[in-house]
Amino acid sequence: MTRIDLTGLDVRPAQVWGGVRIVPLVRNEPVPGLRLHRKVYEGRGAVDLPDRTAYTSYIPHGFVADWSGTGSGAESAAYGTRLGDGAGTRTGTPSGVPWGAPECVPVRRIHRMAKRRQGERRLRFLPLHLALEGYLALHFGGPSVVWDEWSREALRHGLSPRAEAAYAGWTVPGLAEALRVFELHPGQCGLLLYVADALAAAFVVPHPEDYRLLHPTLVEDLYGELVHQYAYYGGPVPEFTARIRDGAGGIRNLADLRAAAREQERAWAVAHDGLMARDLLETSYAFERVYRAGPFDLYRFLPPFERGGREQHIGEVITDRKGRTAYLKTFRLSEKQIRKGYLLHRLADCDWHLGRTAEALGTSYAEVVLRVRAAGLGALLDAHRVEERLRADRGKNGRIKEAE
Amino acid sequence: MSDLVAAEDVLLFVNAAVTATGQREFRSSAAEQRFSLAFLHEYVRVNYRPVYAASLALDINDHNAALVIEQLLRTPEEAEPGEGRLIAARLAKLPPPRVYRLFRALRAAGVNNRRTRAIVRAWLAARPDPALDAVKYRSGLKAALRHVHGRLPDPETGDFLFAPGRRVRYENATLDAHRRAHYEQGALYELPFTVAEGFAAKHGVPRAVFLERIAPRMTRLEKLRTARAADLSVMPLTRLALFVLSLPFGERVERRAELTGALRAAARRTAGPYAGSWGRVAAVLDDSFSSSGSAVKRRRPLAVALGAHFLLEALAAPGAYTPLWTSGGDDPLLVRPYGPTPLGLRILDALDTGPDRLVIVSDGWDNAPPGLAGEVLRVWRTRLDPERRTSVVHLNPVYDAEGFDVRRLAPSVPAAGIRDAEDLAALVEIAQFAEGRTGFGELRAYLDRRVELFLRAAGEGAGR
Repeated sequence: MTRIDLTGLDVRPAQVWGGVRIVPLVRNEPVPGLRLHRKVYEGRGAVDLPDRTAYTSYIPHGFVADWSGTGSGAESAAYGTRLGDGAGTRTGTPSGVPWGAPECVPVRRIHRMAKRRQGERRLRFLPLHLALEGYLALHFGGPSVVWDEWSREALRHGLSPRAEAAYAGWTVPGLAEALRVFELHPGQCGLLLYVADALAAAFVVPHPEDYRLLHPTLVEDLYGELVHQYAYYGGPVPEFTARIRDGAGGIRNLADLRAAAREQERAWAVAHDGLMARDLLETSYAFERVYRAGPFDLYRFLPPFERGGREQHIGEVITDRKGRTAYLKTFRLSEKQIRKGYLLHRLADCDWHLGRTAEALGTSYAEVVLRVRAAGLGALLDAHRVEERLRADRGKNGRIKEAE
Repeated sequence: MSDLVAAEDVLLFVNAAVTATGQREFRSSAAEQRFSLAFLHEYVRVNYRPVYAASLALDINDHNAALVIEQLLRTPEEAEPGEGRLIAARLAKLPPPRVYRLFRALRAAGVNNRRTRAIVRAWLAARPDPALDAVKYRSGLKAALRHVHGRLPDPETGDFLFAPGRRVRYENATLDAHRRAHYEQGALYELPFTVAEGFAAKHGVPRAVFLERIAPRMTRLEKLRTARAADLSVMPLTRLALFVLSLPFGERVERRAELTGALRAAARRTAGPYAGSWGRVAAVLDDSFSSSGSAVKRRRPLAVALGAHFLLEALAAPGAYTPLWTSGGDDPLLVRPYGPTPLGLRILDALDTGPDRLVIVSDGWDNAPPGLAGEVLRVWRTRLDPERRTSVVHLNPVYDAEGFDVRRLAPSVPAAGIRDAEDLAALVEIAQFAEGRTGFGELRAYLDRRVELFLRAAGEGAGR
């Protein structure tokens, strides 16, 4: 699969609040057999890594995907209750002891980011963690061939430290208010979030009841730098109000009027898919399956890192057997992040050889060095060797000029 | 032209004064509301002073009535004749806590002209039981008396307020109960509920026991608020609707007959002589998520819609009433604020029934798709019903701070603000002025008529 397939999800008219436009996605019937619940982590979390190091983190919330099948359809997604039971218990403690019990110390150990307990038909994972990890781990190991230009540090430790900044939802101006006043549609299973009419995030869940509980978590999610800037500097966006053409006897009775009104709804859906969400739906992504959960597959995807103004999203998606989306969450990359991804891909294609990369990109050695530095990877270059090479190039150019 | 502008300005103000309470709404904050309202008050006071005073005779809410009175008293140099009577009549109708708050605001603003003093003194003199006021609104009464140099109601009350240590006991039962309640539990049941509540906490009386024994001293509203078995048959319609909406679904189903009966009775009482006189009526009632109001006005818009539902049922000819909730539900007792607002399609459904009157109760945010309601109403008016067989009125319970008015659905549809469903009939009358077909003169005539009625009613009330 190369594209995101939103079959079964219908678009409903957008609701606008200031610079934020929210487009609801509605399912006729929920995806059978999969539920998504919210897990709230309190305090800081600590993650165990195989090499006995640990990193601590603050986690606003996590998701629990539950494909236990027939039973779960009838059960409701109750906030907090089922989640604490089992899914978050420490290995070794008898299952059934709730993690969130008050006597626990606030630091929790979280073993892996997508974690399934033995014998359980549910999976706990952190929203967007998979997607971001996918992006951060792009050629994480660093140069694959030991070229002179790369510093010893780069060869030994790779592209470390790997970090990207993002903004929490509540720091994006106007977003919290827009999510608060948004009116959920019956059967709503997702939304597309636009800030200053740029697609900021897509979020889809399998069941409307899950969506109702998870809607407020959107304000705790992370959003790209671009989204924050657009929200900060962008003005209010216009509302696409309905307009019925009634000239020259077009509407003679109530039935005509009703047909015209229905037509307005359809017109909106077509315009939206073709115009506003095109880049998300028509880009082909590189999918990587992370987990197989019964009949469902958990993927993360990376964009092609094409330059030239198209919006690029990373994200994670759960699909059913037919490849239709049951769960989707995306993160919009900023221009700088796209450039970085592009450059890393090019470098990897040329075995990290700067000269060959320059050829492949159709540019000069000096330009590639500049780009590497602009992408925040300058520290990985061996400054001495690079300078030597640049000086040699300059000398060569000088000689050529003299010869002319 | 200026005539029309004036009429529009006045209606704008009336809409605001009916709906806005300076509290947070679903979509705007309290600060925005107050800021917007302050501008409107000043604008209308400066430009249309007589109309500004006359608005006291309309069904504007208490918050705005108090604001109008304060503004009028602060600017005595612009006063018009007849204002004093209007202020006095409205003060008599306001709940005492709000009046005391108003007096305190006047004191804080340093307003102490002769007219103000006379009005405050007259209001204090007309209070039926000064001792009760002294106990219940102690600081308010003290502040008011100090501010206007008022005469003490009687020596005992005076001592109670200003020299509490002077007397060992009071002849007056209420004052004496207050004295004894400091150390005697039994005495607190002779005090008003709100005062006794503090003493009960001090003595550590269990809440259940306290509520049981104080019940005879509670007002109607206090009973409703503490969920005691209030007599639902005497509650006003909107209060009752709010009460019903505060109950969980299970209880609403259990008490369906009782609640429906009470709502129907209240609606019939409100409709009075007009019951059954409106012909075929269709109503589009908004129960979208935004009708949940805000933390301070919880479910107010929905309660207004629910009240309007029962009132319209009473006003319509028997069996000729069609209610349409935006959510598509058909059980008014089980409404809840949920979902989007597809007003346009609901209005079409309503027009399908061929009504004489169409009443829309909504906050004016039409979002599925946005603006469709306005388009449907426009096309309906221009293409399908140019001879106005159906009258359409939009009643809006929410003040839009940004627009200085309630939000409209379409320019061709008159919109009026509404706070209590009880005022529906009167507001529909005002709304006709908003259609722009009647001028300022007619509006003034209407206002004068209302003022006259209001003052006459106040005079009768005082005579009794």
